[in-house]
Amino acid sequence: MSLLSVQKLTKNFGGITAVSNVSFTVETGELVGLIGPNGAGKTTLFNVLTGVYDPTEGKILLTKGDKTIELSKLPPYKITHHGVARTFQNIRLFKDLSALDNVKIAMNEDAQYGLIGALLRLPRFYRSETDIDQRARAFLKEVHLDELAEIKAKNLPYGKQRQLEIARAMATGAKILFLDEPAAGMNPQETQALTKFIKDIKTKMNLTIVLIEHDMSLVMEICERIFVLDYGKLIAEGTPDQIKHNPKVIEAYLGDED
Amino acid sequence: MTQFLQQIVNGLSLGSIYALIALGYTMVYGIIKLINFAHGDMYMLGAYFGFIAITILKLDFLPSLVITMTATAIIGIMIERIAYRPLRHSTRVVALITAIGVSFLLQNSVAKIMGVSIKGFPMDTLPTQTWHIFGIVITLKQLIILVTAVVLMVLLTVIVQKTKVGRAMRAVAVDADAARLMGINVDNIISLTFAIGSALAAAAGILVGVYYNSIDPLMGIAPGLKAFVAAVFGGIGIIPGAMIGGFTIGITEVLISGYWSSMFKDAIVYGLLIFVLLVKPSGLLGKNRKEKV
Amino acid sequence: MEKNIFNKYTFYWILTVALFYLAIQGLISANILRAYYQSILLLIGINIILALGLNLIIGITGQFSLGHAGYMAIGAYSAAITLKYVNGIQGLILGMLIGALITALIAFLVGLPVLRLKGDYLAIATLGVGEIIRIIILNLDITNKAAGINNIDRLASIPLIFGFVILAVIVTSNFKRSALGRACISIFQDEIASEAMGINVTRYKVMSFIFGAILASFGGALFATTYSVVRPEFFGLNQSIDTLVIVVFGGMGSLTGTVVAAFALGIINLLLQPLGDTRMILYAMALIAIMIFRPKGLMGSFEASWKNFKLRKPKLAHGKVNE
Repeated sequence: MSLLSVQKLTKNFGGITAVSNVSFTVETGELVGLIGPNGAGKTTLFNVLTGVYDPTEGKILLTKGDKTIELSKLPPYKITHHGVARTFQNIRLFKDLSALDNVKIAMNEDAQYGLIGALLRLPRFYRSETDIDQRARAFLKEVHLDELAEIKAKNLPYGKQRQLEIARAMATGAKILFLDEPAAGMNPQETQALTKFIKDIKTKMNLTIVLIEHDMSLVMEICERIFVLDYGKLIAEGTPDQIKHNPKVIEAYLGDED
Repeated sequence: MTQFLQQIVNGLSLGSIYALIALGYTMVYGIIKLINFAHGDMYMLGAYFGFIAITILKLDFLPSLVITMTATAIIGIMIERIAYRPLRHSTRVVALITAIGVSFLLQNSVAKIMGVSIKGFPMDTLPTQTWHIFGIVITLKQLIILVTAVVLMVLLTVIVQKTKVGRAMRAVAVDADAARLMGINVDNIISLTFAIGSALAAAAGILVGVYYNSIDPLMGIAPGLKAFVAAVFGGIGIIPGAMIGGFTIGITEVLISGYWSSMFKDAIVYGLLIFVLLVKPSGLLGKNRKEKV
Repeated sequence: MEKNIFNKYTFYWILTVALFYLAIQGLISANILRAYYQSILLLIGINIILALGLNLIIGITGQFSLGHAGYMAIGAYSAAITLKYVNGIQGLILGMLIGALITALIAFLVGLPVLRLKGDYLAIATLGVGEIIRIIILNLDITNKAAGINNIDRLASIPLIFGFVILAVIVTSNFKRSALGRACISIFQDEIASEAMGINVTRYKVMSFIFGAILASFGGALFATTYSVVRPEFFGLNQSIDTLVIVVFGGMGSLTGTVVAAFALGIINLLLQPLGDTRMILYAMALIAIMIFRPKGLMGSFEASWKNFKLRKPKLAHGKVNE
């Protein structure tokens, strides 16, 4: 059983079909790319997979241990609790909070106290807060962002903001990461640093990653498998080499000859 | 049935008042996303200007109406220039509190200058003609309110839809920055919007003064709130929505008072508003817009 | 991060509060703080409790509420009615508990659907709820309709109000500096990202809404026993706005700001008192000027903290959530 199995997924908005009958699987530990021309429905597909939109039809099955979980009817936060997290095309960090607090919020589920514990500052509050604080700092160190821990997210350089957003998604305890155009708006140096960052964390944390990207050099360099979406339909699937030479893909990007 | 139709007639005149005020709310919100809480006080100012024009300057109704609308429009422009323009990029809450400050300022200034007590318009401002049609009583005042309101609404629709200025207003409402790049003087358009909105509220003020013969400095609070509800009800930022909202709320209020109890009419109006918002969060005519992810 | 509640910062705070309290008592016994000023101090205290509640909803969770006076009214009437049957401080406490229970129930029933709305729409919906509560009170027999309830037991005193203010400050600041508070702040910052990080947005919105409403009901109960009279017209939109002004003037989300602003506005009102009817004109102008020239409020997002207090560095660290 694959880690993630998407079956005949369709999403309509009024009369428009943004995602049409898409099926694919992702295996544990894979790094998969999702590409396609602008408006192909990539982000919509991500939004459906992470619960921002409910699918019109189809199933999203996640294998967790020996259980299979149907994600398609769950709200986003529950999907996150099942180990699926994401980043956004237009960075959505908690801007006025420090990098450390951004990570702590992702770890919020781990807090071992409720309202009473918080209001009365019971011993379990201090225990759990100390634990979260230490783990958040250790985590930032792991992803080499520890020096930026106290800096407000909005004051970080652009490339670091992207990295922090990925790190924050991982801090939820995610097993699968959906990255929506992580290299958008980056210069070649930043893109290179990001490529290294993604490779690093993937091996270090044993992650499965699905990413949308327009930067083909990045996609071809790190993705093991690529899906191509056009007009909401999956038109090709294969290794970077296969995709490069697939006539359907070339046509989708360059348009019809006549 | 007769009673019902009578209520509808009464509701239409109240509704025209709400609609006139709601239009200003909706236009200002549409263009700068500000809940102009002081807008109800523009209506109050209109009533006082009308009072001055009719009782002190001894003018007839029509010239009084024109003078009142002009004077209130000028004050509307001044308020926007002095209080709201510096806050154009601030948060909603800050802008809202400033508007509340302006509202307090207007109420208390008028109270200081004109006194807190209720003032009455002369009873003979308009002839007290009444007609009986199939048992329904229609007064000339009601007719004038309705006709004035409808004429002004038609005029506004023509301005917004058919003129160059109207096109500029619509452009600024959609995207002020893009409008500026296209050579539209955004500041002037915003001023104009305030002027038109204030003038409409002022017209409502003088009409109410003539109809009920009583005005006071705090008279703008309740109708202002109702008109705001009307604007949200119809879909804030949408001009026909404000008209529909105004008439709906006016008629609902009169019907509830007529058939049940006037004590609960406001509660029902708010209940209706909450219901509409929950079912259709952007109001009756509004388009539901989900934040893009 | 401290290991438990018995740390030096807790001690510093206890000391600060004790000194402040002694200073007030000292001023009273020296006859400087006369009865009139004491009554203003009581009002400032009540305003702090009300505004802390609203700040939780607006400044921390970012949910624009204009219905605070409705919950205040529930608290005030619950206390007033209970005090008719049970005298003394027990009656007040019982009334407060009943008020909190009713408030929590209503805030839950209202909050669950209404908090789906955003920004201005939420503001107008909560305003509607507040008005509906007031109109219901205006029409009920148990609340004595428009005449309201008179001769309520006067139990308010400086120590009583002071105690409740401290309690309110402790619970709100403990809430803010916890995982629950972080969740609420993250909702204010970016609701979509917050949900994507595993935060149950509805749960925390409703939680802070109920929490804030309960504080409003406590403020209302203390109001009732301070002024000995409650009437529906006290709890209109103007009361909600007065509380909102304190929150924004102090700085959205800053609990320190709320406390400072309640004092500052109390004092401004006191100074303007002799001016008679020009007072409100000046107050309105001041309000507009403050919003234009200091839109982030007196304190911005600053919170007073012994931990960040350094003698050699007078400028304190700004914008941190966690100290």
